[in-house]
This record gives sequence, structure tokens and C-alpha cells, in this order.
Amino acid sequence: MDLNEFVKHFAEQFDEIPPEGFKPTTVFKDIEDWSSLTALSIIAMVDEEMEKRITGADIRASNTIEDLYKIVQSK
Amino acid sequence: MYNPFSLAGKTILVTGASSGLGATAAIECSKSGATLVITGRNSERLTNTFSQLEGSNHNQLQYDLTVKESIDELANALPSLDGLVLCAGITKTIPVKFISNESIDEIFQTNTISSMQLIQKLLKLKKINKGGSIVFISSISTSYADKGNSIYAASKGAINSFSRVLALELASQRITSNCIQPGFVPTRMLAEGAISEEQLLEEQKKYPLGFGEPADIANGIIYLLSDAAKWVTGSVLTIDGGVTLR
Repeated sequence: MDLNEFVKHFAEQFDEIPPEGFKPTTVFKDIEDWSSLTALSIIAMVDEEMEKRITGADIRASNTIEDLYKIVQSK
Repeated sequence: MYNPFSLAGKTILVTGASSGLGATAAIECSKSGATLVITGRNSERLTNTFSQLEGSNHNQLQYDLTVKESIDELANALPSLDGLVLCAGITKTIPVKFISNESIDEIFQTNTISSMQLIQKLLKLKKINKGGSIVFISSISTSYADKGNSIYAASKGAINSFSRVLALELASQRITSNCIQPGFVPTRMLAEGAISEEQLLEEQKKYPLGFGEPADIANGIIYLLSDAAKWVTGSVLTIDGGVTLR
């Protein structure tokens, strides 16, 4: 999965925000709708779409969507 | 010495005894005088629990209760029991939107269905003695909701309901059936998952009495197994450090 596709899947986890609002450089924890449930959804999305396991710690270690993408790629 | 909570002379099965609450429950029951039969999936860890049991005549049987045939085999291999402690359990944190049939099957088979199947078989074989006790390890999650915990919570809620019907059906044999709903007790099952130290500290703040230890749950199990609880059936005992008070 390339970065743009990852951003798209990432954006899908937010119900209130249109996907155009998301870029690789988006600092996702600053998004108003960001919550513990979104974090769980991101973990589940990575598992389902990419068959990789990430943890809450990986999400905490990332600021932008691209940061997280790189962590997923390194797994 | 007078001790209404003694388990001396009782033969007790503990499932899920290879780790976590099950391991501690088995060890504490042995200290209270019980003769244990322990089962678990992981033979190495099961042997580790077995080596910590006090007293003699204990037995360990390695079975994977996710397989129906194994449950039948286990039931056939077991002696007559005075107590059953059903601790086998797994969890998976996953939002409802991402639930798969696979996750539902896996969690329900381990947490719920295997216990129902084992008890059915043991009753059929008449291997639960009169005056015996069945203790299910349920969870506060049956009513205390946590995001991502839906399947686990549902699997334990089913156990609470099952236990009450079982209690009614077995009352004529003086066999009791009860559930314990533990709050968060740090064990291997949880340590393995995605929970960080930071999250753990955050979680601990919600507990008026702080986190519990596995022995806090094991002591509740011992009570329900002992003759002291012979008039207690169909109940749900919450042991949670007060987390569900608010």
C-alpha cells in the first residue's frame, strides 16, 4: 500500500471530516475528532488492510500520518 | 483450627491455568487444601503452574478447549469434581466496525462456548459431585463499557446469564453456580496486548483502591468453592477495587 492509499484509509476512520482534509503531513492528534476510538480503528485498519500489527505506542510515537505510515512499513 | 473456607478434601478443576488469574487461582486453591486438576493450552506454562502447587496428588492435563473433541476427551479424562473454576479466556480490542466472524468465533469459543460444552459433558458423565461449586470468571465489562471491548463483554455477559440458569437447574443436587467479575488485574493476557505503561497509569487512576492482584480474585474463588458459600448460587460477585462505583 502506498502513502496516498494509506492516507485515504486513515481518513476513512473519521466520520465527521471529509477525506480531502487529510494529507501525509496532517498532524492527526490535533484533529478535533481524534479519540481513543479512532486510535483503535487505525490499529484495526492497519491489521485488516495491511496485515500488520501496530500498537498504541506506535501511534503515540507519530505526529503526522506519514510518520505512522513509516512505522507500519518498518514492521 | 476452625476454617469455614478450607478446601481440604475437595477435587477442583481449573481451566486456563497456564497463566494469569487461572494460574494464581490454582496455586491459591492448593494452599487452601484442594486437590487440583489443571488444564491449559501451553504445556510449558502449565507445568510452571503445576510446579507451584502445594501438597500432593495434583494432576495436569494439557488440552486446547477451542477444539470440541478436546473438550470431550478432557471430560472423559477428568475425575469426579467438587469444584470447577472456569478461567480460560482471551480478549481482543477491536472497534465494532472492524469485528470479523473470525474474532467472534475465536473469543466466544474460548470464553463462553467451551465452558458450556465442558459443563454439559461433565453433567452427562455425572462427574460433578453433590454439593459441588461452579465458578465462572466473568468481567466487569458485562456492564462497564469500554471502547473496543464489545465481543469480550458480550462473551462474558453470556456467561453471567448461563450461570444463573445452571444454578437453577443444579440446585436440586446442591451444586452452586456463581460468577466473579474482576476489575482490571494486570496479568500476562493484558501485558501481551497494546497497553502501554502510560495507559496503565491512566487506568489505575480510575480505581479507588488501585489495581488488584491475582490473589484478590483467587480469594473470592476460594470463598465460592468452600462450604462457607453453600447457600450462595446464581450470584455475581464483583471484585474490582471500586472502579464501577462511579
